[in-house]
Amino acid sequence: MTFWLLLTVNSITFGGLLFLLAAGFSLIFGLMRIPNLTHGSLFMLGAYFGATFAGGYLSMTFNFWVAVLIATVLVAAFGTVIERFLLRQLPGQQMAQVLVTLGISFIVADFCLMVWGGDPVRVDTPPSLTGFLRYGPLVFPHYRLAVIAIAVAAALGLWLLLDRTRLGAMIRAGVDDPDMARVVGIRVSQLFTIVFALGAGLAAFAGIIGAPILSVYPGLDQDMLPLALVVVILGGSGSLLGSFVGSIVIGFIYNFGQALLPELSYFVLFLPMLVVLLVRPQGLFGRFVP
Amino acid sequence: MSGMGARVIALAVGFVALVTLPYWMPGIYYINVSSQILFSSIFALGLNVLAGYGGLVSLGHAGLFGIAAYATGYMLQHGFGHPVAILTALVSGLASMALYAVLSLRATGIGFIMITLALGEIIWGLAYRWISITGGDNGINLHGRPQPFGIAINTANSFYYTTLVVFLVAFAAVAVFVRSPLGAALMGTRDQSRRMTALGYHVWAIRFWACMLSGLLTAVSGVLFVYYTQFISPQALDLTASAEVLLMVISGGAGTLLGPIVGAALVIVVKSVVSGFLERWNMLLGAIFVAIVILMPEGLVPGTARLWRLAWRKAGGRAARESEPKAVSKAEAKP
Repeated sequence: MTFWLLLTVNSITFGGLLFLLAAGFSLIFGLMRIPNLTHGSLFMLGAYFGATFAGGYLSMTFNFWVAVLIATVLVAAFGTVIERFLLRQLPGQQMAQVLVTLGISFIVADFCLMVWGGDPVRVDTPPSLTGFLRYGPLVFPHYRLAVIAIAVAAALGLWLLLDRTRLGAMIRAGVDDPDMARVVGIRVSQLFTIVFALGAGLAAFAGIIGAPILSVYPGLDQDMLPLALVVVILGGSGSLLGSFVGSIVIGFIYNFGQALLPELSYFVLFLPMLVVLLVRPQGLFGRFVP
Repeated sequence: MSGMGARVIALAVGFVALVTLPYWMPGIYYINVSSQILFSSIFALGLNVLAGYGGLVSLGHAGLFGIAAYATGYMLQHGFGHPVAILTALVSGLASMALYAVLSLRATGIGFIMITLALGEIIWGLAYRWISITGGDNGINLHGRPQPFGIAINTANSFYYTTLVVFLVAFAAVAVFVRSPLGAALMGTRDQSRRMTALGYHVWAIRFWACMLSGLLTAVSGVLFVYYTQFISPQALDLTASAEVLLMVISGGAGTLLGPIVGAALVIVVKSVVSGFLERWNMLLGAIFVAIVILMPEGLVPGTARLWRLAWRKAGGRAARESEPKAVSKAEAKP
């Protein structure tokens, strides 16, 4: 019983992290129709930046949350540069987009290896959240519960942004019908930059928030990118609700699969995605077939 | 000089250079690098059939490559002979490709990329975790290479020539395919799939058979790879491997015959030669890809051809202008 409950909490925590990662991926994919293969790299870059600022950079140690903020802003700025100067030049050219995003991910991966080396970097849990919540025989680390709360808060914030603001309405219009959105006077290209920066920032945020749990290591980018992809295909691209449901489902499958069927865990992970693709190609909550 | 003449001469020079390669390469190491370039070229040629001529960009081809390599290793490990192992590898590669095609041809564009990526990851996951079959991270070791027609191919030179023969056959096969009615139909489905349907072509079937050719070349390349390295591990079929072969195709020039070969040479040279004296070769490779997209979005081979024509036109001045329309129309007629 304890085993199952712990596994459940871990699954929800991991699902929350996946949501932060996949929400941006889904928006970028939904709005810009770009397979952003740098998304895993942005996650890893955020994690490394966060680890650096939280763990004593230039002999000053920032508060964990300040480090989170710095890392998020830095990576969002990096995302803006990628969008403005590279992807902007390649509208509708899938192969060029694939080539350039993969090229950037090679560069980022090697940059991280150069700066932070090959050994995993450990990030300490923020001191205020190191405790445990005891409930009978069960022990839940505060930090994991906090990650769930943060993910839910982020989901609510994103939902308010997309559903209740003028900017959100414009983004939704862009996802549904970019040509029509342009005709009615929405500057879709400006939305592209905003959404890409937002997605990059969210990925970096997920990276540093997840760092105390996952730790940071070379290859983290290649571990996370397929997961984000699975979530988006499962939930449907451009749909916030889809990303949320997809993340939780994948969080459960990932953790339970690793615990119960270690030999076939990856097979189990990708199987539901295939079923969805075959039965409902636009994903569970998707608005269009990619 | 017309475009056609230049092309024939270039191909002839390339052929002679390949055949005499062991005699002018500075050492065994470089002959081995050349073998790697050749079997990677077969892999890239296979992907190019789909990505370049069919417009179906696959990011899961390393999975197929890996299945052929693992099948060879597994059969040899269980005491079967080389012919049985190679046959099993080709058949299982083709069967997996058929499965890929049935699943992923439901979509085109980004959807196709995503589904193939997922399929490739599934195969990688199986190779990595299904330890009782694949040996997990430790992989499978091979012992010995086959002896086609009684000729041992244990030395660098003999393996190079074996690979060269297979490569030339594969290259000829793709060249014939591209000029065949099926190849033309495939390009038609890439450019105007609705119109092709309206004309009565079975778009799905055309794409399926293109997949099968692509799968066969990929499996052949996988077999050559595993005999070359004598070892197969999950690393050979991860996402980076799929990305690398796709990058070979796109950087060289998707939808051209020579592009994938140039791309394969570029990637392999950076990976195995430049990496010897430049620690940050991965960064260099990434930077090269970004630079190609910015400077020559159509790929190295078509991009260079474009610059060449431009330079030719400028240098030739009025004399060249008379023969120019002919050359241009020929170049455009040839895809």
